[in-house]
Amino acid sequence: MPATFRFALRDLPPEAESLRAEVRHFLAEQLGGARPVKRAKSWGGFDREFSRRVGARGWIGMTWPKQYGGHERSYLERYVVLEEMLAAGAPVSAHWVADRQSGPLLLRFGTEAQREQILPGIVRGELAFAIGMSEPDSGSDLASIRTRATKVDGGYLVNGTKVWTSNAHLSDYLIALFRTQVVPDKKHEGLTQFLVDLRNTKGITIRPIVDLAGKHHFNEVNFTDAFVPDDARVGNEGDGWKQVTAELGYERSGPERYLSSISLIRELVREVAARPDDRGAEAVGRMVASLATLRQMSTSVAGMLQAGENTYLEAAAVKDVGTTFEQSIPELTHALLDAEPTIASGSDLQQVLGYITQTAPSFSLRGGTREILRGIIARGLGLR
Amino acid sequence: MSELGSLLADTVGRLFGTLATKELIESSEKGAWPEKLWRALEEGGLTLPLVSEAAGGAGGTWLDAHVVVRAAGRHTAPVPLAETITAGWLLSRAGLEVPLGPLTLAPVRSGERLTLARRGGGFSLSGTATRVPWGRHAGHVVSVTELDGRATVALVAAGGARVTEDTNLALEPRDTLLFDAAPVVAAAPAPGVALDAIRLYGAMARAAQMAGALDSCLEQAVRYATERKQFGRPIGSFQVIQQNLAVLAGHVAASGIAAESAFRAADRGDARFEVAVAKIRAGEAAGVGAGIAHQAHGAIGFTYEHSLHFATRRLWSWRAEFGSESAWARELGHAVAARGADALWTDLTAR
Repeated sequence: MPATFRFALRDLPPEAESLRAEVRHFLAEQLGGARPVKRAKSWGGFDREFSRRVGARGWIGMTWPKQYGGHERSYLERYVVLEEMLAAGAPVSAHWVADRQSGPLLLRFGTEAQREQILPGIVRGELAFAIGMSEPDSGSDLASIRTRATKVDGGYLVNGTKVWTSNAHLSDYLIALFRTQVVPDKKHEGLTQFLVDLRNTKGITIRPIVDLAGKHHFNEVNFTDAFVPDDARVGNEGDGWKQVTAELGYERSGPERYLSSISLIRELVREVAARPDDRGAEAVGRMVASLATLRQMSTSVAGMLQAGENTYLEAAAVKDVGTTFEQSIPELTHALLDAEPTIASGSDLQQVLGYITQTAPSFSLRGGTREILRGIIARGLGLR
Repeated sequence: MSELGSLLADTVGRLFGTLATKELIESSEKGAWPEKLWRALEEGGLTLPLVSEAAGGAGGTWLDAHVVVRAAGRHTAPVPLAETITAGWLLSRAGLEVPLGPLTLAPVRSGERLTLARRGGGFSLSGTATRVPWGRHAGHVVSVTELDGRATVALVAAGGARVTEDTNLALEPRDTLLFDAAPVVAAAPAPGVALDAIRLYGAMARAAQMAGALDSCLEQAVRYATERKQFGRPIGSFQVIQQNLAVLAGHVAASGIAAESAFRAADRGDARFEVAVAKIRAGEAAGVGAGIAHQAHGAIGFTYEHSLHFATRRLWSWRAEFGSESAWARELGHAVAARGADALWTDLTAR
């Protein structure tokens, strides 16, 4: 059997621990009296002012080179900032897509001009990014996308539609995967990534897609003869699949893949602690055992990123185990408590339960479905 | 991994690979003692990784020992290696000499107590300990009891106990030992050792052994899924099998890092939190993992002829030994509740 996972134990370095205290202090100031249900929204929260303040503290683009405004700190320090933000339920979405994947993508595959033009703005927390991958007929089968970028003088004309594009209506840029060439029977070829300026490109229409809870965060982004200049291409024509695979490795590797229900975990512990009995204690014990184990796995992946190792397989495993755990928390709540999930009324726990219950289905869909991830793991096992 | 750790990993892997064969495990299940394997382990320096070199050990850490214990689980080696390693460590902590030969621990069940009493210039031990691992084969028994209000480690020759034989599901000896004022070879207080140290470190060892046995389940299931053909193709090419084995792989990864993390914590001092986490997480993984491995194997994996059961029967027993996952979860949950909801994250990140 091929070696599957390498989850080496990692210690966070001392400098990461002193950073943790700074981040906690900052978050206590910023979020002070935020209600648990607001904190539960965490990476659903889009707040440009907050992101600017995070940027001012030097906590965006932490691992990037100084010449692009970065701070040349370690992935483990970045990890600490991120896990503290998520554990506290900070509204990170205006900066963290760029911090997590768009910036690293440009660093690795972008042109010098793109890096100089874009990265410093991300680092300051001023540029928000959205990701344009899925299409109406292409979800898990991402390589089947059809949105065409047709070569014209000085650039490309784009026609087609992207869907589930989170925060496209609020963002400055979209990193989009388009088809620049149709290669018969080779759908992974002919794909190319682009840096699309959402504010200054004619021919782009952004329409809301409302989720089951009535909220608007994702969108349909339509391109009709939208002109994208040559210098907006990221990487070589045809290299899109390879780049997107690397990008998804970043997207799946963080602590966000097991912390989505942390607010509910906290409220559940609060309830049990108010009237501790063996039944509640056992449930909390099992829950904390999984939480602590996932944190070790996730820290291990951060250590691999720091060592420059490929985390594609391990990240898939953390996300699969992590989202299963996140989704178990509402179940556990129902097993223990007589609490109805609510929207506006009821206790903190009820409202958090209401929010998490209605968000939980997305945990194992976004960033690669559970089935796709398990397929990746099975390939790692040598089964495909 | 430390230099010693890699050395131990190489040695233990080679040794178990050659000696812990299917035939050997089967003969052990019929009651035979694998003397050759045990002697090779002792000669290879694998039985006392935590004892100082001056005292005849390898002078290593718990993390070094982890490599050996996990390998013992992975190869389902029919020897009290985890027990001897733990017993050797306890004796060292008490400044006592570590005898050669297999060691075991007693009592292992919570609620059971042995009594240490002064007799002449020395001590004697009394009481009954059930489910003692490898009791009939051990040369010596190590116990932790209270004497003058202090946790005291006592070493008794196993010959001093009356043995009633029993086994666990994997047919590993789990005997009842009755001590009736049995003479104690040596006893001394062990600073920094908790009264329930046997349960604590025993649970830690079983967690690592379970992670090892789960390695074996995954390895065997993947191999079988690639070799076994139905409907004209390897069953591993079916998505439903792939998805199930991916779930198993996730449990293997989780139990592995949880167990290793407990051993690391033991090197640093108080490992109670990490041990509870590891025993709970590995116990849960044992239930799900053994189930998936059997399902993938179909009927052949349910036969005595196939080797899968060496791992799964151990998993079914080990998850209940030194405290089940529910017992540990209650303990951990009460501790978390006592600290309160707002301390959870700060406590977790402080470990």
